[in-house]
Amino acid sequence: MDANVAFDPREDAYSKPLDQIDVSVPELYQNDIYQPYFERLRREDPVHFCEDSHFGPYWSVTRYKDIMAIAVNNQVFSSRWDLGGVRLEDQVHGYERPSFIQMDEPDHGERRKAVSPVVAPGNLARMEGLIRERTNMVLDGLPRGETFNWVKEVSIELTSRMLATLFDWPLEDRHRLMYWSDVTVCHVDTPDAPVHSEAERYAELQKMASAMKALWDERAASNAQRFDLISMMAHADATRNMDFRELLANCSLLIVGGNDTTRNSMSGGVWGFSKFPDEYRKLRENPDLVPSAVSEIVRWHTPVLHLRRTALEDFELGGKTIRKGDKVAMWFVSGNRDEDAIKDPHDLIVDRPRAREHISFGFGVHRCVGNRLAELQLRILWEEILNRDLEIEVMDKPKYLRSNLIHGIRELPVQIH
Amino acid sequence: MPEVTYIEHNGTAHRVEVPIGTTIMRGAVDNNVPGIDADCGGECACATCHVYVDAAWLDKIGLPEPGSQEAAMLSFAAVAQPDSRLSCQIKMREELAGLVVRMPEGQH
Repeated sequence: MDANVAFDPREDAYSKPLDQIDVSVPELYQNDIYQPYFERLRREDPVHFCEDSHFGPYWSVTRYKDIMAIAVNNQVFSSRWDLGGVRLEDQVHGYERPSFIQMDEPDHGERRKAVSPVVAPGNLARMEGLIRERTNMVLDGLPRGETFNWVKEVSIELTSRMLATLFDWPLEDRHRLMYWSDVTVCHVDTPDAPVHSEAERYAELQKMASAMKALWDERAASNAQRFDLISMMAHADATRNMDFRELLANCSLLIVGGNDTTRNSMSGGVWGFSKFPDEYRKLRENPDLVPSAVSEIVRWHTPVLHLRRTALEDFELGGKTIRKGDKVAMWFVSGNRDEDAIKDPHDLIVDRPRAREHISFGFGVHRCVGNRLAELQLRILWEEILNRDLEIEVMDKPKYLRSNLIHGIRELPVQIH
Repeated sequence: MPEVTYIEHNGTAHRVEVPIGTTIMRGAVDNNVPGIDADCGGECACATCHVYVDAAWLDKIGLPEPGSQEAAMLSFAAVAQPDSRLSCQIKMREELAGLVVRMPEGQH
């Protein structure tokens, strides 16, 4: 499946037998050709079984309502790492990462509550000024009239600083956090991935965890009240005694959750407005629409493509029987484009009614813990772009990450006028 | 039509008529009362229509069943209290006329 001009994804999606459709292929997202496959599945086989894939047999749940049904049913649909975890790509034996996203209740909840205060309303209010100051600095430092990569200069710059703040990690070393984020999410068989085997991935994450452990030990010994993730975990009953492997797992989860999704929404919004310039004009004329536009960007881009569950018992959904032990992918990227749930779902509409009701943050007990921080960062970015009345011209289409998990934009060449 | 008073975290009160059978969440959202987000649209799948029920009404409204989906979602809300409910799970009925609910500092 390459991206040459002769290949027509729509023709391919509608001509092959349904059971041959495999939406787990990372190139579909790298080449930005996945939509027609999901469109067909939503219409013809919304709960779809793929027998044979690189990641083994799995179910795809493609409609908004069905995704919601799976997401809220954590009694039947497990996230457990020892059953394979939350990605279609199973955890590899010996290299499992028991982070709290890959646990069921009550283990998940106890640990999650140790870190969730970092994004509670009071802490967000404290961070707003800092976020705005950094956003102003980054926007004011951008070149004018020459092409640059928005991802590198803006999205990564802002989210890496935020991530350093969340961990109270040395700001000048923030690029290391981004590297470990990329290490965590990559498919190791991607030619230009930062690591090329599970052993190599684990070794790099061990370096990360060792660095975190040093900070942890310092902060565990101190009684000063601090609001960073490491201090919170080091002092909370549910997490203070976690072993090195769990520390590694949770830090890599929080690194990815704390930057990657927001990073890609920052880029996705610029790309979205380049395709829907009238909507950007509408936003410029009415900046009060920024919060709604932010929700709409998060829906339209959908930074997490899927999350996976494992069925703990047989379950009927959409006339199909999901069997105990089966892998089930909730394709948020499809649910957010479900015509039955969202009117004109392919359009980015800044004043969309009920814009908040997208599925990008997931639902149920595993719903994104950092969603309000993500929205805050995106809101401030767009407020400050509008304050400066920046016209961002996209010079070429984005280059996407080869991933079936993260809807990653690696390059977005732009000019500012 | 029975009325509900929604009090924002900053103290601003909004009196709104809510039809019998309509949820307290929907009553706020349909009347643009700020402070209730309702991200999941009323599916009890987030915790962003979180309210504190006024003490005078707590007996009539009750608390979520232990072990219920609502209790699970509320346990993850940022600023939950013993009088917390998800307003999408409370339907308006005659005896709730005059109900008072308060909004938390944020909906997470």
